[in-house]
Amino acid sequence: MKIKIIVTLKSGVLDPQGKAIQQTLTGMGFNDVKEVRQGKYFDIETNESDEAKAKKNVDEMCKKLLANLVIEDYKIL
Amino acid sequence: MRSSVIIFPGSNCDRDMDVALKKYGFKNHMIWHNDITLPKCDLVVLPGGFSYGDYLRCGSIAGKSKIIQSVIDFAKSGGLVLGICNGFQILTETGLLPGVLQQNKYLNFICRNVHVKVNDKKNKYFKDISKDILELHIAHNEGNYFCSEEELKVIEDNNQIALTYCNSDGSNNKDSNPNGALKNIAGIFNKEKNVLGMMPHPERMIDKYLSGQDGSVFFENLIRNSK
Repeated sequence: MKIKIIVTLKSGVLDPQGKAIQQTLTGMGFNDVKEVRQGKYFDIETNESDEAKAKKNVDEMCKKLLANLVIEDYKIL
Repeated sequence: MRSSVIIFPGSNCDRDMDVALKKYGFKNHMIWHNDITLPKCDLVVLPGGFSYGDYLRCGSIAGKSKIIQSVIDFAKSGGLVLGICNGFQILTETGLLPGVLQQNKYLNFICRNVHVKVNDKKNKYFKDISKDILELHIAHNEGNYFCSEEELKVIEDNNQIALTYCNSDGSNNKDSNPNGALKNIAGIFNKEKNVLGMMPHPERMIDKYLSGQDGSVFFENLIRNSK
């Protein structure tokens, strides 16, 4: 089973890369861009066949390693 | 006084630290990250570098390496743990220190000398130090210290801010902040002040013919206080 995770910076946390991307997009003529926030995406393939159990494990993985909860939020898709 | 420097794959200031510690009288051992136990020692140093290629987040993988549980146990028992640069990042990832080191505000790798002010002397690292302002070297891409407002209040209430970036006269302002760090923070302690993380590299400032000598002031003081 594959589980997808998205890790993003919490709102209010400075994202200099997102800001640089936003400025570049604006410079390229995409004038509608208001804000860009950059994040991370993980694809985890697990041997666990029980979806609930697998997601519970992944949740623990996010808390312990994949996200730094001081500045990041995660979403298991 | 005995010290241990932990080597992670990608550490690159470990040998400089070894030279510095020995120069000021520590009997130092180099410890590989795959070891499980620490030798008996008074000080553990997590050196600078790019442990595990800075994968995922700086210090995050090293923060889960085999040796780390021993380092955490050593810190919890009151042992001195010093993290420099990447070592500081690792300490925040283990939870021994609060907050996180984010990418520098202007997305640049900064490699230059800075001045830092010693903020608290009620600890073994800076007790009786002869200078209040040190000129030290920084070299990092992720040194932008950040924590939540609630955490900052706790840090300030406990005098956990160890070092702040300042001008040569000791004044802290935006101009003396190289990386956007919250409150110009360059180094912090844990609550008990036996764990110190700092972005500047004192081990690079121990020879007047190479760079400067304010690192010597730091190490001379540290070994005196460790006795």
